Amino acid sequence: MDYNLMREFADSWGLLAMALFFVGCIAFALRPDSRRHADEAAHIPLKDD
Amino acid sequence: MKFGTEIVLLYLFAFAALVAAGLGVDEPFRQHMWVLFFVLAGFTAILLRNTEFKPAIPVDSSAYMDGPIRYGAVATVVWGVVGMLVGVVIALQLAYPDLNIEPWFNFGRLRPLHTSGVVFAFGGNALLCTSLYVVQRTCRARLFGGDLAWVVFWGYQLFIVMAATGYLLGVTESREYAEPEWYVDLWLTIVWVAYLILFLGTILKRKEPHIYVANWFYLSFIVTIAMLHVINNLSMPASFLSSKSYSAFSGVQDALTQWWYGHNAVGFFLTAGFLGMMYYFVPKQANRPVYSYRLSIIHFWALIFLYIWAGPHHLHYTALPDWAQTLGMVFSIMLWMPSWGGMINGLMTLSGAWDKLRTDPIIRMMVMAIAFYGMSTFEGPMMSIKAVNSLSHYTDWTVGHVHSGALGWVGMISFGAIYYMVPKLWNRERLYSLRLVTWHFWLATLGIVVYAAVMWVSGIMQGLMWREYDEQGFLVYSFAETVAAMHPYYIMRALGGLMYLSGALIMAWNIAMTIFGYQRKEEPMPGSTSALQPAQ
Repeated sequence: MDYNLMREFADSWGLLAMALFFVGCIAFALRPDSRRHADEAAHIPLKDD
Repeated sequence: MKFGTEIVLLYLFAFAALVAAGLGVDEPFRQHMWVLFFVLAGFTAILLRNTEFKPAIPVDSSAYMDGPIRYGAVATVVWGVVGMLVGVVIALQLAYPDLNIEPWFNFGRLRPLHTSGVVFAFGGNALLCTSLYVVQRTCRARLFGGDLAWVVFWGYQLFIVMAATGYLLGVTESREYAEPEWYVDLWLTIVWVAYLILFLGTILKRKEPHIYVANWFYLSFIVTIAMLHVINNLSMPASFLSSKSYSAFSGVQDALTQWWYGHNAVGFFLTAGFLGMMYYFVPKQANRPVYSYRLSIIHFWALIFLYIWAGPHHLHYTALPDWAQTLGMVFSIMLWMPSWGGMINGLMTLSGAWDKLRTDPIIRMMVMAIAFYGMSTFEGPMMSIKAVNSLSHYTDWTVGHVHSGALGWVGMISFGAIYYMVPKLWNRERLYSLRLVTWHFWLATLGIVVYAAVMWVSGIMQGLMWREYDEQGFLVYSFAETVAAMHPYYIMRALGGLMYLSGALIMAWNIAMTIFGYQRKEEPMPGSTSALQPAQ
């Protein structure tokens, strides 16, 4: 496996996979039901000392 | 027998250090091994004097493990004062070169002592103790692995002592923020893997179903630093009994590896880790949940996806391929979005409670930290633009930028966290004095403003003088003339640093008195008592 092969993989499938993963994370954070879960999670530090 | 295994192991390591001190092939290595021998032998003696043969008291596995966190809080304050003191000394050395005392205390050796002292000793201990504090309280689980937390704490202190003494003895890899030599690097790798196991193990045994966002930031900091540290320090020692090693990379690859490490040390050590601190301690001190939890998740993913590519902006106009420089610049500029998203999230946590800024100096400190986070993450991307960088690079502007981030963001958020944690850790009703926190706040803030403003003026002047040509195309100023022109600014910079150090000394006094259980009799902060207003 030489540099060119790695480079080609990085700016094709690698880039696509990372971009999709990132978009997926954002979409998951903003999914329709997320506000309730997020509000619960935000209160975790305040529940006890 | 209490400490049985520890004593045997330490004794063996101390003996190995003694052998290495005898057989070392170069003088700095032998001296360094003597240091290691005395440290380990001293530690063995302390453990021997504290050993007991009574059966061990069973541990209450439902209670949080706060011993190493108390030690970590004290270590944070102590190393902070030491690191900042060395900073003031080297600032004065730049203004008055006579203060360079050879061979151990000249600028070249004290400078890495200052940077590692404040970044890894002060910042590192702050991250270590707050991460262990936060992970237990947000997972509702005791730290994983029994005494592993103690191993991590003392192992990390040994790393700091070996790194610091190595610099003074002239043992260095000359890689910025990664100066320790191969044997110290190997030790840090072991400690760091233990830290990862400790942190991850605690998350895995959590009783809270959701992993709170602060832990995500802390975990990304631990994982990424492990990766950066190992790859940037791939090197071959000249001999296994020598203090000299050679990097596995050469030329521009070596430079890029170093700045991939260097910038992500900023991104993941000095940013992600301290953001974990922000997402726990600001809501706690304000007693309100974070402004938008969903924004904090987007902040996290955007930050870690972008930061890792920003390193090449340290190598503008060098032998690094042009496309890589542009890539670094573009990713740095994109970082504006998550950085400001995070800043807004932190600040807006106080929405509806802005009056606390008047009444609570700890909140004030945290808000100032977040404001400096916003300011320095605005300045950084701007400086990464190649046209701006051609003026700012290699000048004091960079130094000013780093310090507005380090003193303003990292320092202030750590002080806030320490002020919050210490009374809780020692079961004190409150701090020794809130008035002293106000003093600390103003000394630190004014110190940063003086420091950053002076470095802007000095750095831009320096950059403009370097690029000044006359009508015949000759450089107008020699290098020495730029140095002479900066002398007054160097003095003012030392003054700013001295103000910041004075604030840290006040904190050390305040924290010590709190730990000893004193409370200063003082007027409460105006507005902090809920005095009833007469009906209108």
